[in-house]
Amino acid sequence: MKILTNCKEVSELLSQAQDRPLGLGEKFGLNLHLMMCNGCRNFGKQLDFIRAAMKRYLERGVSGR
Amino acid sequence: MAAPNPNNDHAAIPGDTGLEQFRSYLLRYALLQLRDQTAAEDVVQETLLAAIEGRAGFSGKSSVRTWLTGILKHKIVDRVRRAAREQPLAGNDAEAERSDAELVDALFAGNGHWNQPPASWGNPELSFENKKFWEAFEACARLMPAKTARVFVLREVMELTTEEICKELDITSTHCWVMLHRARLSLRECLDLQWFGKSR
Repeated sequence: MKILTNCKEVSELLSQAQDRPLGLGEKFGLNLHLMMCNGCRNFGKQLDFIRAAMKRYLERGVSGR
Repeated sequence: MAAPNPNNDHAAIPGDTGLEQFRSYLLRYALLQLRDQTAAEDVVQETLLAAIEGRAGFSGKSSVRTWLTGILKHKIVDRVRRAAREQPLAGNDAEAERSDAELVDALFAGNGHWNQPPASWGNPELSFENKKFWEAFEACARLMPAKTARVFVLREVMELTTEEICKELDITSTHCWVMLHRARLSLRECLDLQWFGKSR
C-alpha cells in the first residue's frame, strides 16, 4: 500500500470518493492521512457540504424564496 | 386526454396551471446546465408541453416534480449531446480549462502540500437560511469554465454516473475525475473567499 503524504493526491481521492467506491487500500491510506491532516479533513467535509448545497440550491426555486 | 381511471392513478396530476408552479424550479435546473437563458427557457417549455401531452405517462408512483425533472433531464442531455457534437472544445474553453488547471496548481506547493490548508467552515448548513449565501453560491457556480461546469452539473445535478458522463461527452473517466476535482476545488475556493472565510 502506498503511503499518502501528498495533499494534492488526497484531495483527488476525496473528490473521486464522491463519484466511485474507493478500494480497500485507497480507503485505508486515505483514512491514515486524514488522521494526521486537518486541511484534508476539512476539505472532505466541505465536499459533502457542496453536494448538499447544490441540492438545496435547486429546492429553493420551489418554495419561492 | 386519458379516460377517467378507476385505479385513480391520475388523481395527483395537476392541470396545466398546476404544472406551471414547477416552472421556476425547472428553469433553475436547466440554467445550471445550459448557462443560457433562452436555451433554458426553451427546454423548460418543451418539457411542460411534453408533460401536458404525455400526461398518461405519469404513473403516480413518483412525485409530479420528479416526473417533470425526468423529462427535463432527457431534453437537456439531448441538447448537451448535440452541442458537444456541433461545438467541440473551442479556443476560449481550452483557455479556460488551462486557467482552471493553473488554479489547482496554485493551491498546492511543489511537494503536494496545501499552500493554505482548508480551514473549518464550522456549521456551514446554517448558511442555507441566508439569502446572501445563495447569491455567493450562484456567483461561484457561474465562475466555473463552461466545460468544467458541464461535467460538474451532469454529475451533481443530473446525478449521472461518471461512466454515463464519459459516454455522453466522449471523454475518459480519468479526464472526467480530473475535471470534477477541479470543479470542486474551484467552487470550494470561491465559497471560502466569498463567504466562509469572510468572518475569519
